[in-house]
Amino acid sequence: MREFKRFDPTRLWLAAHLRLVYVFLYVPIGVLMVLSFNKAGLPTVWSGFSFEWYGKLAENAAILSAARNTIVVAVISTILATLIGSLLAIGMEYRRRGAGLEAILFAPMIIPDIVLAIALLSFFTLLEVTLGLHSIILSHVVFNIAFVCAVVRTRLRSFDWSVFEASIDLGATEITTFRRIILPAILPGVIAGAMLSFTLSVDEFIIAYFTAGAGQSSTTLPMQIYSMIRFGVTPEINAMASIVMLVSFTLVIAAQRINKESVTG
Amino acid sequence: MPASRLRDWLLLGPGLLWLALFLVIPCAIVFCFSFFERGVYGGIDYIFTFENFQRAIDPLYLSIFLKSAKIAGTATLVALFLAYPAAYAISKAPPNRQTALLVLAMLPFWSNYLIRTYAWIVLLNREGLINTGLRDLGWIAEPLPLLYNEFAIITGLVYNYLPFVILAVYSSISRLNPEILEASEDLGAPSWKTFLRVTLPLTMPGVAAGSVFIFVLSIGNFITPDLLGGGNLLMVGNIIYDQFLTARDWPFGATLSFILIGIMMALLFTQAILVRRAQGDAPEKEEANA
Amino acid sequence: MSDQDRTVIRIEGVSKRFGPVTAVDSIDLDLRENEFFALLGPSGCGKTTLLRMIAGFADPSEGRILLDGQDMTPIRPNRRPINLMFQSYALFPHMTVAKNIAYGLEMENLDKADLNRRVDEILEKTELSAMRNRKPDRLSGGQRQRVALARALVKKPRVLLLDEPLGALDKKLREQMQLELKRMQHEFSITFVIVTHDQEEALVMADRIAVLKDGRVAQIGAPRDLYENPADRFVAGFIGKMNFFPGTVAGTGVSFAGQSVLTGDIPTGLSGEAVAAVRPERIKLSVEQPAGDMNAMPGTISEVAYHGQDVNLHVTVDGCDDPVLVRVPATDADETVWHHGGKVWCSWNPAHTRILAA
Repeated sequence: MREFKRFDPTRLWLAAHLRLVYVFLYVPIGVLMVLSFNKAGLPTVWSGFSFEWYGKLAENAAILSAARNTIVVAVISTILATLIGSLLAIGMEYRRRGAGLEAILFAPMIIPDIVLAIALLSFFTLLEVTLGLHSIILSHVVFNIAFVCAVVRTRLRSFDWSVFEASIDLGATEITTFRRIILPAILPGVIAGAMLSFTLSVDEFIIAYFTAGAGQSSTTLPMQIYSMIRFGVTPEINAMASIVMLVSFTLVIAAQRINKESVTG
Repeated sequence: MPASRLRDWLLLGPGLLWLALFLVIPCAIVFCFSFFERGVYGGIDYIFTFENFQRAIDPLYLSIFLKSAKIAGTATLVALFLAYPAAYAISKAPPNRQTALLVLAMLPFWSNYLIRTYAWIVLLNREGLINTGLRDLGWIAEPLPLLYNEFAIITGLVYNYLPFVILAVYSSISRLNPEILEASEDLGAPSWKTFLRVTLPLTMPGVAAGSVFIFVLSIGNFITPDLLGGGNLLMVGNIIYDQFLTARDWPFGATLSFILIGIMMALLFTQAILVRRAQGDAPEKEEANA
Repeated sequence: MSDQDRTVIRIEGVSKRFGPVTAVDSIDLDLRENEFFALLGPSGCGKTTLLRMIAGFADPSEGRILLDGQDMTPIRPNRRPINLMFQSYALFPHMTVAKNIAYGLEMENLDKADLNRRVDEILEKTELSAMRNRKPDRLSGGQRQRVALARALVKKPRVLLLDEPLGALDKKLREQMQLELKRMQHEFSITFVIVTHDQEEALVMADRIAVLKDGRVAQIGAPRDLYENPADRFVAGFIGKMNFFPGTVAGTGVSFAGQSVLTGDIPTGLSGEAVAAVRPERIKLSVEQPAGDMNAMPGTISEVAYHGQDVNLHVTVDGCDDPVLVRVPATDADETVWHHGGKVWCSWNPAHTRILAA
């Protein structure tokens, strides 16, 4: 727009501010990652590079079982939420319906986790459902539906629905139309939604904590991390944090690559 | 057409069912619980009572609500002051770089909340990086009390939710029709006046959305006060947690949750009205093109 | 051309209501074999709703639609031998031009060789062969329009419906495409039904036009019929430019401004309030009062607009709020007299006057 450049203090200040914000956002994470390679495991003194803590991690049975549980929960809840959430998104965008539904879908994103957690705990207790991985899965699907639905809907917002009618007009059935026209159009959104949903599920703590019931058999990774932070910090946690963050970042960036608007809405 | 009705149900049915079963009904149960009495052994006696609500406005709990609101409010303000200029700077970057900058800002938001909070324990504790750093520089003799206080909680909240506030403000700024800003300049307003009189009012919906989001998630937060407050600074979220898992007074915990949701809905409602008002007299980009 | 008059689609008393709104109000229409038919009307007149009912995307609230004598009501849109060209073109964004065109044939389970042959053939005819492997976002507006046309035509439908097909194109391309569509219709010998709000487009392309207003048919006829003999004031004003002189029926014409009587054919049974209507190109301008049996009135030129081949003049006359529009060929325009503020007489032959109910 403005081609000529001139000295603009506001611009300089804005640019500096933005850099500081990124420093603020990334330094804490970066520190953890660097410390995960610190030989002595001390938070402040650098005593040499080492993979030691990663090795310790691999020997820790509790962590490994928690990791396995987390993956089970995340995979199953992601599959369910992706199916349900995508259908919901198509239904809402096609019919341009569901102002009320919109509010309900928004709720899991904005209700404090702790409230949703106790609500689900109350519900399961009232129905006398035994708690375990399955109750975590059922609960995680709730907020994952909301996220998948949001990502797929964003994808569909610019979708020209007349292609749906065009396909019918050219002789296709609704099922064929769904498979050959709608699905290819939303697929990037669906994949991105699934990846984000997986990330959310892997990271979710409070709801899992409340709906897991007792025992190591249904402990997830975030629950393991919580008890490690709460009851004595061991240097292993830095290594585990680094791995978990790396997984999240990879998935989120991949989701963004696949579907341009998934991360930034 | 019955066929289209069937299709609607196939599409919307599973989602509606799931949300009704695992969101609406559980929330309704919490609502009902708040009117019952606590059982002798921690269960629930199904006797109708308002006692829980009376207890919730007892000065003890009222002060916790107020303190939570104060902490959440401070975090909101700090986050806005950080986020608005950042979002503005992103919106002024070359268009092909804006998405990358935005993803960069959002990325931490998608990583594990516990880990992000834990990182601040590492930075802020007495032997943490900041204290040892300052001591090594010779600026302080004694470690500063950075952790296990309100400062730590606010820092943690701002850190965790800042990305979303940036996103909310950015989406408002990027929707601004640039011709409106040029019109303001053309009419003789210097850029700071254009900002105050045109940009800021028109981006209030984004500011409101971001503020409500961080405020609501902060006031009901459990992890941040638990880990960074060291368990001695209680917020509403911690009380709810205690009522359910330690004190085993579910009806009272339900009442507090219900009040929290009430506050949240009031804020969302206010925000929705604000947005509607702003949209009423703010021609946005899409509408201008239509 | 003997089968030119055979009815392909018969619309019988079709109405469509959306809640309290009646979008289409008991319309009867016959669409003939091989004709280019236009549904013309302002927005909200029900033309698109009618088109969608023919395609099968909306069901009539009342009445029925017959194709070759067979009731179409129970037949779903994907089973009707009728294709629709969408206003947005509705090209499948993830498929190439060739795939877009092949899609409809794949639904007919043609064998591969036959399918490819037909795709190639239509690509050739629509001059899209070079674009066959491009995706829609790499095409220009005119090319997209041709792909949409090819995609529908390749199915060899009994009737092709076109919903505002030229709306998205700029003026120059639009004029070119009008002729192209006409050529296609001749070449494929298929009944084309076009929906448009642009009267010029309808006049240029259509063999017959139905003018719709408020969900009803105001008039059906050939373009020339509608232009020369509009049935009512709405059609007269909607098709082309028209000057209206309000007054009351008196003798052989309409008494205008309480003095002069503008003569013309009075439809039987018309009395009371009426308008005399005359096309701008029928009016002659002169400095002196014209002699003979002409409708004439004096006025003052208030506006002169040069259009290249024509000059449009606005003449203010007593008794008429709107200035009289007069169109004269630029070659006849006498600039020494016909300038702003010039005093002139407007006159025309009574045979060119249409007298219509007010």
